[in-house]
Amino acid sequence: MYVAVKGGERAILGSYALIGEQRRGDPGVPELSLEQIKQQLRLAVDRVMTEGSVYDRDLAALALKQASGDTVEAIFLLRAYRTTLPRFGYTRAVDTAGMRLWRRISATFKDLPGGQLLGPTYDYTQRLLDFSLEAGGETLPPAAQARAEATVAEAVPRVVDLLDSEGLIEKSAMDPSDPEPADLTRQPLDFPASRETRLQNLARGDEGFLLAMGYSTQRGYAHSHPFAGEIRYGEVEVLIEPEELGFPISIADISVTECQMVNQFAGSKTEPPKFTAGYGLTFGHCERKAMAMALVDRSLRAEELGERIESPAQMPEFVLSHSDNLEASGFVQHLKLPHYVDFQAELELVRKMRAERATDAAA
Amino acid sequence: MFQTVDKTAPGERQRWIKLLARAPQPMLEAGLATVPGQPRTWLRRPETGLLMVQGRVGGTGNRFNVGEITVTRCALRLSGGTCGVAYVQGRSHSRAEMVALADALLQVDQFRPILEASLLARITAFLDSESAAMTRKAQSTRVDFFTVARESGGSDAEAADS
Repeated sequence: MYVAVKGGERAILGSYALIGEQRRGDPGVPELSLEQIKQQLRLAVDRVMTEGSVYDRDLAALALKQASGDTVEAIFLLRAYRTTLPRFGYTRAVDTAGMRLWRRISATFKDLPGGQLLGPTYDYTQRLLDFSLEAGGETLPPAAQARAEATVAEAVPRVVDLLDSEGLIEKSAMDPSDPEPADLTRQPLDFPASRETRLQNLARGDEGFLLAMGYSTQRGYAHSHPFAGEIRYGEVEVLIEPEELGFPISIADISVTECQMVNQFAGSKTEPPKFTAGYGLTFGHCERKAMAMALVDRSLRAEELGERIESPAQMPEFVLSHSDNLEASGFVQHLKLPHYVDFQAELELVRKMRAERATDAAA
Repeated sequence: MFQTVDKTAPGERQRWIKLLARAPQPMLEAGLATVPGQPRTWLRRPETGLLMVQGRVGGTGNRFNVGEITVTRCALRLSGGTCGVAYVQGRSHSRAEMVALADALLQVDQFRPILEASLLARITAFLDSESAAMTRKAQSTRVDFFTVARESGGSDAEAADS
């Protein structure tokens, strides 16, 4: 029986007021500005942009503020907002070899053309709480010492492209027709999914989920022996070709993180032994995510490379159907919605079964 | 769709569109203030939308969709007939309008030399200093690997690095 349930309206309005109050906290404490969030919670902003799949630092900061710092909620807000905007088109593919670098490291080669730049990283910090930040008296570090010989930004080749000259690593070659990729914001995910489609899904995917999936491949749940061939973070140019102009124009520089994982591949009947690659690309500085994405990209190539498929990280349907934190969060959290009638039915059923069992036992 | 009348060589226009798109708003305002105000009509009023950014598999392979970027665009025509177009990152309508206006004015022979000095030269200097600062900071984190060789000879004089 369907029963309309009313009466929550006032409670909901009260809840709006309360979440607003708790978000603001003590009114005696200055309110956070978006500029503060953008500047001082940079990595949270980057994660919201990457998984919210919209590069806009202002919107990501606003979403974080509105969501009281709940990253997944902020991602939801950003994804919801994007549906209100028209789509103007597609950019040209960004050229990551031409990236202006903040950071570029390789775990496979010590001496690289272009060298290794640590950039801004927590990797070498002691992970000891810094109580000078608690006091609010953070002193600016001394200005970085410049090197006279290297003040001109120059494009630095990708590490994988260097290996490629020996033919030891597979080349990610472009089809001669340079096909337009399917777009998951326009067409639903369908299987089998091409590598291009999988990468779009992973680029939007939840960092925690991909991290766990990538970790599982390292622990033996896929035959994968990865090296971090290269990780780079910096700025790339965004080029578009508006139809009213008829020539390409450069409209922005955006920061991205790229990771190329290099994996051993024993070879097959048609392919000699060589290294294969997994690829990760994110907005902003999302290094953990880019690495996890590259691991999972590689493990999802199991079928293409003729590897035995026995682990979740090798199964496209498993990974791609569960990677999106908006979908996952929505389905898990819908359990909070009233299921009164469903539950009533189950309750009746269990009572009936128990009654039948009691009757049987008595007989 | 409209076609903008364009007598300027594409290369020149590409150069200043790239600069204008990256200019801080106060710099645009100050630069535009150095030429007399021009009546203009909208060909396309400012509107904010999304462009899907594409990457390539492995950096070199087929294209895939990475995520979207917010962009505001507009187009206008000066009373003399010159058209200016803007595509700028973000949601600022006023910024897009200033960029389109500057694009149009730069195509007018009378105004170009003024704006080259009062606007483009300043943007160039600003972007160059930003870029140099970025490179300087990044280069301060460059790793200098060195090989530790054994002091006392012996046959095993191989590099002991990893």
